[in-house]
Amino acid sequence: MTIRVSRLAAAIALFASLPATMHAHRQWMLPSSTVLSNTDAWVTVDAAVSNGLFYFDHVPMRLTSLRITGPDGLERKPQNAATGKYRSTFDVHLNGAGTYKIAIVQSTVFATWDDAGQQKSWRGSASDFAAQVPPAAAGLKTSKMNSRLETFVTAGKPSNKVFETTGVGLELVPVTHPNDLVTGEAATFQLLLDGKPAAGLEVTLIAGASRYRDKEDEMKAKTGEDGKFSVTFKDPGMYWMNATTAPARGGGPAAGGPKPAIAGGPGAGGPGAGGPMRMPVGDRSSYTATFEVLPQ
Amino acid sequence: MRIRVPAAVTGLLTTPMMFAADLEVSVEIPRINVAEYHRPYIAMWIEKQDQSFAANLAVWYDLQTAKAEKGTTWLKDLRMWWRKSGRELTMPVDGVSGATRPPGVHPVMFRGSKAPLASLAPGAYHFVVEASREVGGREVVRIPFQWPAKSAQQVKVQGQSELGQVQMTVKP
Repeated sequence: MTIRVSRLAAAIALFASLPATMHAHRQWMLPSSTVLSNTDAWVTVDAAVSNGLFYFDHVPMRLTSLRITGPDGLERKPQNAATGKYRSTFDVHLNGAGTYKIAIVQSTVFATWDDAGQQKSWRGSASDFAAQVPPAAAGLKTSKMNSRLETFVTAGKPSNKVFETTGVGLELVPVTHPNDLVTGEAATFQLLLDGKPAAGLEVTLIAGASRYRDKEDEMKAKTGEDGKFSVTFKDPGMYWMNATTAPARGGGPAAGGPKPAIAGGPGAGGPGAGGPMRMPVGDRSSYTATFEVLPQ
Repeated sequence: MRIRVPAAVTGLLTTPMMFAADLEVSVEIPRINVAEYHRPYIAMWIEKQDQSFAANLAVWYDLQTAKAEKGTTWLKDLRMWWRKSGRELTMPVDGVSGATRPPGVHPVMFRGSKAPLASLAPGAYHFVVEASREVGGREVVRIPFQWPAKSAQQVKVQGQSELGQVQMTVKP
């Protein structure tokens, strides 16, 4: 079974360009700066998938679903984008004051079905699903992963336009602006799942430079009924944050077929933090972000 | 001393007001013996007791670079000031921004009759000075004071790295 899945994965790699072995690997983007004081500024961003934070030593993050939103709510094109062996990199031109959102949003469908006694499986973007999986397949089971990977940078005064939510998957609503984080001050964020407060969700925060310490030293928080959680950062640095919902039951027979595809192009990438290729277990959503915490 | 007398005199001449308390500060930029020396960026402001921002006094930064944008690029390195006030402003700010200064003692006078002190509500405050130097470090010095002063107050604080002696005098 393991072997077979790997072989399948190789075939699927054409569409879903990450290997099937990314168990527990973390997706991340790392901006060169998050707080800038000139209004015609540039940042460069690395994007990769790895265990250690923030080291590119595994596979690059694909940029096909990359979307950059300016403080005016309009899209900005990444500049000088390239994907190497271990990381992707691109520049963002901050040509106006305010907060920019850099996001890779994916909706990945995983499906299994029965083809004359042989089990088939497929993984790819929601938008490719209809075209590539026989709709009337026997015993078709699907589950979907909505994953959102974000980071924020601000030129001048922080603004809030980029935090307008879409109502799909897990999304972050700032109570504390993510470019206004300093050590020793409590920061509060709200997570929404499909537009409603994501209550009782576990949130993990891990500081960068993990190579130079023995323990992961992760911080855990849990969202309240209102979807909010608070965290006080003791040390400055770059932090990786992730929350992933438990699989929602009902990922069984795809009676209603897949839900309409959401944002995220044909690139597909794979599930959020973890999620090896396996049987459909139900729909899940993940939210991952990189925050910079400055010293006081 | 050399500030004190003119202060009193001009206070009498130009501001026949109820109280004309002035804030006199002197900030020493230390001479630092390094191969690559750049003058520090310096911000001075007033904070309330809870450390919330009250008023800007001065920001010395690189005004004279050929490209207008360039000087503001590093204002964020005055990171405390940037978060409390800088990011809200469009530089340069009249009466606040100025060019960087060389090592030495720099006396500056802020008149009680003029912005921002004229509109500063009576209360307990801190005078704050933050210095940040390219290829160097950063330092913040805070001095508490009462405004307006009931009696003359003079406080000296010795900086450790990027600031030398910081002296503040308030008089009724």
